Amino acid sequence: MIHKYSMNGLFIVIDVNSGAVHVVDKIVYDILDFYDKNSIDEIIEILKIKYTREEITEGYNEIKELEENQMLYTKDEYEDIIPQINKRNPVVKALCLHIAHDCNLKCRYCFASEGEYHGKRELMSFEVGKKAIDFLILASGKRKNLEVDFFGGEPLMNFDVVKEIVFYAREREKETGKNFRFTITTNGILLNDDIQNFINENMNNVVLSIDGRKEVNDKMRMRVGGQGSYDTIVPKFQKIADSRNQTDYYVRGTYTRENLDFSNDVLHLANLGFKQISVEPVVADEEQSYSLKKEDLPKLFNEYEKLAEELSRRKNTEKDFNFFHFMIDLNGGPCIAKRLIGCGSGTEYLAVTPDGALYPCHQFAGMEEFKMGTVYNGIENVKLRQKFEDCNVYSKPKCRDCWAKFYCSGGCVANSYNINGDFVTPYEIGCELQRKRVECAIMLKACENFADR
Amino acid sequence: MKHIKTLNTKMLKNTISKGGCGECQTSCQSACKTSCTVANQLCENK
Repeated sequence: MIHKYSMNGLFIVIDVNSGAVHVVDKIVYDILDFYDKNSIDEIIEILKIKYTREEITEGYNEIKELEENQMLYTKDEYEDIIPQINKRNPVVKALCLHIAHDCNLKCRYCFASEGEYHGKRELMSFEVGKKAIDFLILASGKRKNLEVDFFGGEPLMNFDVVKEIVFYAREREKETGKNFRFTITTNGILLNDDIQNFINENMNNVVLSIDGRKEVNDKMRMRVGGQGSYDTIVPKFQKIADSRNQTDYYVRGTYTRENLDFSNDVLHLANLGFKQISVEPVVADEEQSYSLKKEDLPKLFNEYEKLAEELSRRKNTEKDFNFFHFMIDLNGGPCIAKRLIGCGSGTEYLAVTPDGALYPCHQFAGMEEFKMGTVYNGIENVKLRQKFEDCNVYSKPKCRDCWAKFYCSGGCVANSYNINGDFVTPYEIGCELQRKRVECAIMLKACENFADR
Repeated sequence: MKHIKTLNTKMLKNTISKGGCGECQTSCQSACKTSCTVANQLCENK
């Protein structure tokens, strides 16, 4: 399978199954419309009004050479290795600790129902946190690198427990040989110098929630009394981003139907001096006025392209910044096993609620039917875990024929479930946007590559 | 080649032998939390 597209004046061809990416001229781009169905003589006949016989033959032969070297039209031979991957009995390597099911903001689009996650307001105790660390160490087998994300609600509302858990995990690192990597996600309201220092000393990554322009942010991300949060958080976020030398953090926003021109929010964050930016589409019940609709897609595609073109202009200037969804590693990147199984929710990655219950991921937290066990007893609902283990690119009929399947790995299971009620039907709007972002990301790589030459 | 410039020779197939050691970062732990992004992850087994 190949995928070809044109963007920013470039003609780009992706060979889906090898992962090879080519930039071609218009002649080859046109020949590819016919290459796998027609003989060379037929193609010459079809394209003779546009190109000479020599040009077509040259282009055809170059395509053929790449095909012979398995860099175009490579066959998909990966389905056979799924049993091999499943056989390795995946271990738990990451936990999302819901350190506070409570929040000091009332964001309209919050999937955690303003921090409550379908339950009552509750803070995690150190006892539960400690058990979660013990559970992770035990359930991770021989895996060395372990990840713990402090999430909420708003984790700074329970920061003493965050600190205790970090100290405890560091102690246990010494005796177990494990390497803990901590992340914290915060809305910034309670951020101060002490907390900042602790985060900088202990967290590999910090995610700072802000949506962009003041009017956009404040319409969605409101204080409990209804006032906006922008003025409080921006100076704090600028300070912590600088204190981390503008690396190992993200300002992370959500765009909705109310700011379909979201590229302006991304650029606004860049103009505030942030260098690591992630702004993502809202996933919400379609009845909500702010949820994204199919008819919004052309506008959103255009926004991503505009953003990509702006980034390509800013490359290697002091205004350059990193946009999370345009990051792609064409030469290294994950192995095929990772690309087939995706995020690992319900198997490698679990969420822990304040009462110590285990869920397949943060988006399922508090949904009783998705409770998998507890930090005290481990995984009890083995059948449910099996359902998550069975998720891969080939278990999703729509993904099989999608050219982007090895970039997104079948998408977010929680989105599939929340929108379509099952694990195997991906969320269509999410897929459309994902494909556009991959196209943009690869276009930017192509631009970089040519600039280097 | 005159008409085609290849950006990467990444052969996904060659990574089968790595067998998926699993030491890499969990996709959702970086920044997304609502959309699965895998292709930007780093391999820890180079």
